[in-house]
Order: sequence, then C-alpha cells, then structure tokens
Amino acid sequence: MNKNTYTGLYIVIAILAVLPFVLPNGFYMDLAIRMAINAVIVLGLNLLIGFAGQISMGHAGFLGIGAYASAVLPTHFGWHPLLAMGAGALVTGLLAAVLARPIFKLKGHYLAMATLGLGIIINIVLRTEGALTGGPDGMPVPALGLMGFELSSDKHWYWVVALLLSVSVWASLNLIDSPFGRALRALHGSEVASQVAGVNVVRYKVSIFVISAVFASLMGSVTAHYVGFVTPNFADFFHSIELVTMVVIGGMASVFGSLVGAVLLTALPQALATFEGWETVAFGTILMICMIFMPRGLVPTLAAKFGKGA
Amino acid sequence: MALLEVKQLSIQFGGVKAVQNVSFNIEAGIVYAVIGPNGAGKTTLFNLITGVYTPTSGEIKLDGKSIQGKAPNELARRGVARTFQNLQICMNMSALENVMVGAHLRLDRNPLKAALRLPSITRRDAELRSESAELMHFVGLEAYIDARADSMPYGALKRLEIARALALKPRIIFLDEPAAGLNPKETIEVDALVRKVADSGVTVVLVEHDMKMVMNLSDRILVLDYGRKLAEGTGEEVRKNPDVIAAYLGTHA
Repeated sequence: MNKNTYTGLYIVIAILAVLPFVLPNGFYMDLAIRMAINAVIVLGLNLLIGFAGQISMGHAGFLGIGAYASAVLPTHFGWHPLLAMGAGALVTGLLAAVLARPIFKLKGHYLAMATLGLGIIINIVLRTEGALTGGPDGMPVPALGLMGFELSSDKHWYWVVALLLSVSVWASLNLIDSPFGRALRALHGSEVASQVAGVNVVRYKVSIFVISAVFASLMGSVTAHYVGFVTPNFADFFHSIELVTMVVIGGMASVFGSLVGAVLLTALPQALATFEGWETVAFGTILMICMIFMPRGLVPTLAAKFGKGA
Repeated sequence: MALLEVKQLSIQFGGVKAVQNVSFNIEAGIVYAVIGPNGAGKTTLFNLITGVYTPTSGEIKLDGKSIQGKAPNELARRGVARTFQNLQICMNMSALENVMVGAHLRLDRNPLKAALRLPSITRRDAELRSESAELMHFVGLEAYIDARADSMPYGALKRLEIARALALKPRIIFLDEPAAGLNPKETIEVDALVRKVADSGVTVVLVEHDMKMVMNLSDRILVLDYGRKLAEGTGEEVRKNPDVIAAYLGTHA
C-alpha cells in the first residue's frame, strides 16, 4: 500500500464527475446508477472474501433485509425511510454478528454451505411472510426524502450514489492499510501466524462479516428506494452468486477490481441482450474464459502485467 | 522464580503420546535449547507452550501464572512470540507489512477510526513503519524492506519470521528450527542473530538440529526422545549423558 493507491480513488471520482455529462440517455444513466450500487456492495464483499479470505454465499440475503426494511417499515408502520434504512442495517448487523460466531468456526466448503443456507432462509422468510412483504409478488417502496427534498429524478440519484461510492472506495482503501486491515490480510495469509502475533481471528472474521453485511443491507435499502419496488429476487441465491462472481472476476483483494467486476457484470447482460435466448450461454462463456486466463481476476492480472500496484 | 515453568506436561493424539510428563524450568534471560531426534516431540512442545495445542494434562506457568489452554493471541499479550519450522509468512502482504503485523497488539485496532483515516492512526502507522524497517535492519533484511513477501528467498523469510516475532516486543521468543534448510554461511548469520536477540534481553527458546549452533548458543539444553524428557542441563552435561549418546548414536547390541 502506498500513496499511489489513492491516485486510483481520484480517477474514480473524476470518472464519476464526468459521466453524467457524457451519457447519451436515461437508459445509460440508469445502468450507471445500478453499476455504482453494485460496486459498493462488491467492495464490502471483497473485504470479506478477497482481503480476509472468508466466503459468503448468502450476501443477497442481507441485501434483502435492507431492501425490505425500507419497504415494510415506512409502508406498514409509517417509519421515516432513513430510520427504516438504519433499522435494516442494525438488524442485519445484529443477525450477522450472532450467526457469525458459530458459522466462522467453519472453513472452506462448510463455511460456503452455512452462508448459502443463511441466504436461502432469509429469502424463504421474505417469500412466505406475505401479509407484510407481499410474498413472491413483492411490494412497492415509498420514495426517499432527504430534508423535504424528494429523491426522484435519475440525476439526483446518480449524485447520491456517486457520493456513496466515492466514500466507500476511500474508506475501503483506508481500512485495508490500517492495523485492522493488516490483521484481516494476515489471517488470510496465515491464520496461525496472525494468531501468535496477537490477532483474535474469530473476532476479526466476525467483524468483517458484520461490516460487509451492513454494507449490503444499506445498499439494499438504496436499491429498493431507487427501483421503487422490491421482490424476493433481491435476496435470491443467484443474486448472491452474482455478487461473488463480481468479486472474483474483478479481482480478489483489489479495491478497484471490485469496481471493475461490478461494472462489467452489471453491463454484460445488457450488452449480450442481442444474443436473445443465448445470452446466458455467452455470459457463462465469458466468465469461463476470464477465469481460465486470469484466475486472479482482471485488475490484479493486468496490474501485474503492467507492473503497477492494484 | 523461573520465567517459564512446565510441570508434567502431556498431550495425546488418539493413541499417540506425543509429549509425556515433561517438566522443566526456564530462567529469564537465557538461551534454552530443545533437541532430540525427529519425531521426539519438540515442535509439539512448542505448540503446547504457545497455545496452538491444548495439553491433555500438566501445567504451564509464565511468571507463576497458569497459561495452559490459553489461545495464542492471549499469550502474545503476555509477551510470548514464536516462529515456525514450516514458514508461516503472509504471502499476500509485503515484507514490511508482515513485520508490522507483529506489532498488532500495540496498535489502535478500531475499524471505524481506520476507515476515516484519523491522524492518530496514520501517525502511529508511520512510526511503526520506520520501527519495522529498523527491525528488518536488525535481522539483516535491509535489502528487502520494499519487497513483497512472495518474492523473497527462503533464507530471508526465515529471518522475516524472527523480525515479526520481535515486533511483538516479546519477553520470551520460541524459535522453531531457525537454521533449518539454510546453507552453512546463512547458518552462521542466524547463529549471530539469535545471540543478538538474546543479548537484547529476550529469553530465547530454541529447537534446532544444528548441534554446533546449539552447543555454541545455549545456556541450557533439554533433550527429548519419544515425547519424554531424556536429559537436561548445560551443553557439557548433556553431551556426556549416556542416555543422550544412546538416543543419538544407538547402543551396543
């Protein structure tokens, strides 16, 4: 880690600042917003997967909790949307903290299975509690107001999301290059070595799991307000897999890789729409080619090739 | 009172009694070596004392306080550091960062303060960076300060482990075969390094197969064989012990 790392942050901010003026129409604006939202989620997930070396196959579940908190609490109980968003994040954080203790005694495939189960259970609850959640059909989400100002146009949403993304990139870079972040990377590198150096490995695994779950929950709320409608698909197993794929394709343990992964995998289905029925096949083929030729992910592979730090 | 007291320590893995009723004391400030044939239980003994394994029975006291069954990170808090026979380097980090991890317990580890990049965190990190660079000088790795750990040769990584252990500011350091796999020149350098560590006031406990190094460095030697204590004493005493000679060279038929 060095000062050069922050150059990447400035580049990201510059791109975000220019983008709305060069995007030709509302379709691309919408795509950019969804890319940025996914990028924030993937950043959080990469802290867990890439940096700390753990896995979560159920992150969409946390996203779902946030999304539904923002839909259910204001609709049925008249809560202010921001309060609902906070409550969603709090519940997610508590749930993640309570469950992480037993779950992180597991490693590898077993950990993947446990987190996968967790995500599926959350999805089932959202589907079956129809009276509150609208069941499989989903439910509308009230608009998000900030101090009497209602977020409605894509332009406003863009700036909010761009700000969130910039702050998240900055905070992630800071976190990685700190005593906390070094402990995370050390327990990934050698668990026993980090332990004899004084790192309480269980506590660190739990902490980063909670942090990344809260990231997902908050962005779930943001997505819900932006889209204006939630369905249980938010918390779908396939959505979890998609998020993990973004981390892996972009590059494990790479902040900017998270952004690239999120951008590519959000754009790819759109770009492949011309293949009609074959788009999933094309999507899968591209992922396979990426993994065969760039197993470390796009950004770390390219960075190594051109001799620059990721 | 001895710094470390080990009483009747045993551990059993299924039917294998890897360490059986081993007792010894280590006084503060000395170099204490543990030797024995392969499979004698030396590394197991280290793993028991440093909390990687929990003993089946027996007692370990540091400064008169019982420490058996405590996790390695709790022992680190009490000033116990170690290196590993099979390298445990974090290959996903730079060499300097590996050393910085050793100072983990001396830092503010709050993630929120870190995410906001508060000046208190960055200032302390900058201090630690130069402190860790000094440690790398101390162990003779000044050429690798900006290196990535995964680009370093084996001999340098052995010393990087020592630097990381020293970053803890330990009172007692366990070195598990620091010279294993090194060429004669590197062995002499590690020999000198261990002497330097001991002279800085840290109690050194050493597992090593290089007998010249052991005899040269150690104040006292513990000999293990098949998990049991065979002998203990100064180099001279151990060398003359008939049981030790039998274990190493075999007995007459």
